Amino acid sequence: MSALIEARGLAVRQGPREVLRDVDFTIAPGEIVTVVGPNGSGKSTLLRALVGALRPARGKVTRQRGLRLGYVPQGLRMDETLPMTVSRFLNLPRRSSAEARAKALDEAGAGDLADRQMSALSGGQFQRVLLARALLNDPQILILDEPTTGLDQPAQARFYLRIEDLRDRLGCAVLMVSHELHVVMSASDRVICLNGHVCCEGHPEVVAQAEEYRALFGSGTKGALALYRHEHSHHHDHEHTHDHAHDHGPGESCDAG
Amino acid sequence: MLDDFLVRAALAAVGVALAAAPLGVFVVWRRMAYFGDATSHAAILGVALALAFSVPVFAGTLVVALVVAFGVAQLSGRGYGADMVLGVAAHAALALGLVAASLLPGPRLNLEAYLFGDILAVSRSDLAVIWGGGALVAALIGWRWQALLTATVSPDLAAASGLNPERERVVLMLALALVVAVALKVVGALLIGALLIIPAAAARPLSTTPEGMLAGTAAVGVVSALGGLWAAWTFDTPAGPSVVCAAAVLFALAALVQSVRG
Repeated sequence: MSALIEARGLAVRQGPREVLRDVDFTIAPGEIVTVVGPNGSGKSTLLRALVGALRPARGKVTRQRGLRLGYVPQGLRMDETLPMTVSRFLNLPRRSSAEARAKALDEAGAGDLADRQMSALSGGQFQRVLLARALLNDPQILILDEPTTGLDQPAQARFYLRIEDLRDRLGCAVLMVSHELHVVMSASDRVICLNGHVCCEGHPEVVAQAEEYRALFGSGTKGALALYRHEHSHHHDHEHTHDHAHDHGPGESCDAG
Repeated sequence: MLDDFLVRAALAAVGVALAAAPLGVFVVWRRMAYFGDATSHAAILGVALALAFSVPVFAGTLVVALVVAFGVAQLSGRGYGADMVLGVAAHAALALGLVAASLLPGPRLNLEAYLFGDILAVSRSDLAVIWGGGALVAALIGWRWQALLTATVSPDLAAASGLNPERERVVLMLALALVVAVALKVVGALLIGALLIIPAAAARPLSTTPEGMLAGTAAVGVVSALGGLWAAWTFDTPAGPSVVCAAAVLFALAALVQSVRG
């Protein structure tokens, strides 16, 4: 199976600062990949470079020809000066049929919002509308940048359940950034731990054990992960615990910016 | 019919209002109000240069407006605050234009006509420029409408949909330079910004979709143009400022309706 999106030796500059460097990335059809990392580690930058919103300073991003991509950016709000119903927003930039819009809204749990003004939506409603827009055109990959920012905990949990359910039904790949580590880890096939470069990556179990990951997130998260593993151990296929975790050179550390 | 200077003035005012509407909504949505001011103030410099080099005033203002628009866009975001760059550009361009106009050889230029417009002196060829330029603006923005809207909502969403937000910005700057060049004769350099902002601002509270707001903006613009011209004729007031006053009255009414509806 060929990769949907692939990056080789990716570096991204913002002003004088190199926010990302030497990033190799690939995502296969149907895969759920989560990017974790501290604030300012380049998570959003990576996603923006992968969708084509940022130009790489070095390296190359390759998207599969004709890739259908659904993107939920971080922290988007609708400016008060721009009148925009939810239906009209779903027609940007390509118009879709009323049935397609209704189906996408239903799938995103926003079925009753079609005629509302975008600027009058609550944070959770807004995120569901963004998800609905991403689901139009039958995407091969969903790219979600901290999609649950501003949601309370039960709403976050529901959002991630919905994502998993959508992946199972639509068969699309999912790439997301999150800081809700324990929630995210349970739902992911692969975790990428980022801090300006890829510190470590692999199956959630492997990454959680990796020294680089612990150096970044400390032992505080270890408890939550242990708890999670205990509760859900029957889900895990332990044959997956191999190789990815330490595939970078020795001497590379996570605290370099 | 076009022999009557009042008919020509009315056609010119309506043409400018219709040309300004599709750009005005984007100026409001993208918070480019000062950008519009900087570009239109630069038109005076365009007039002076056009007269110095004996080229049509329309061409001179168009070129200078383009240079200022792209220059400001290049400078902002390079360690300069956008409003600072605009402040420098708007006032420097105006002052430079006034100085350049005073240096022109021959009889002193009647600056008032270019600062505040001279709508009653609109000729047939002016009308052709206004309606031709307006049609070009409408065609340009109509062609890019969906892409412009997407890039206005979020440049990242636009990029993820395979669009180039940078290209859409260039489209808007081209349209802005065209509107400035077209509107100079009618409302003058100082009030072009008002014609961009006020009708769109008046239409905002009454709209639920971008297209609705565009239609409302055009309607407010046309009513202000005709109402302002009527007032200018009746009360013997300057035409350009009267048009802007009429738009301001409509804005106040719309704001009132909005606050009554809560």
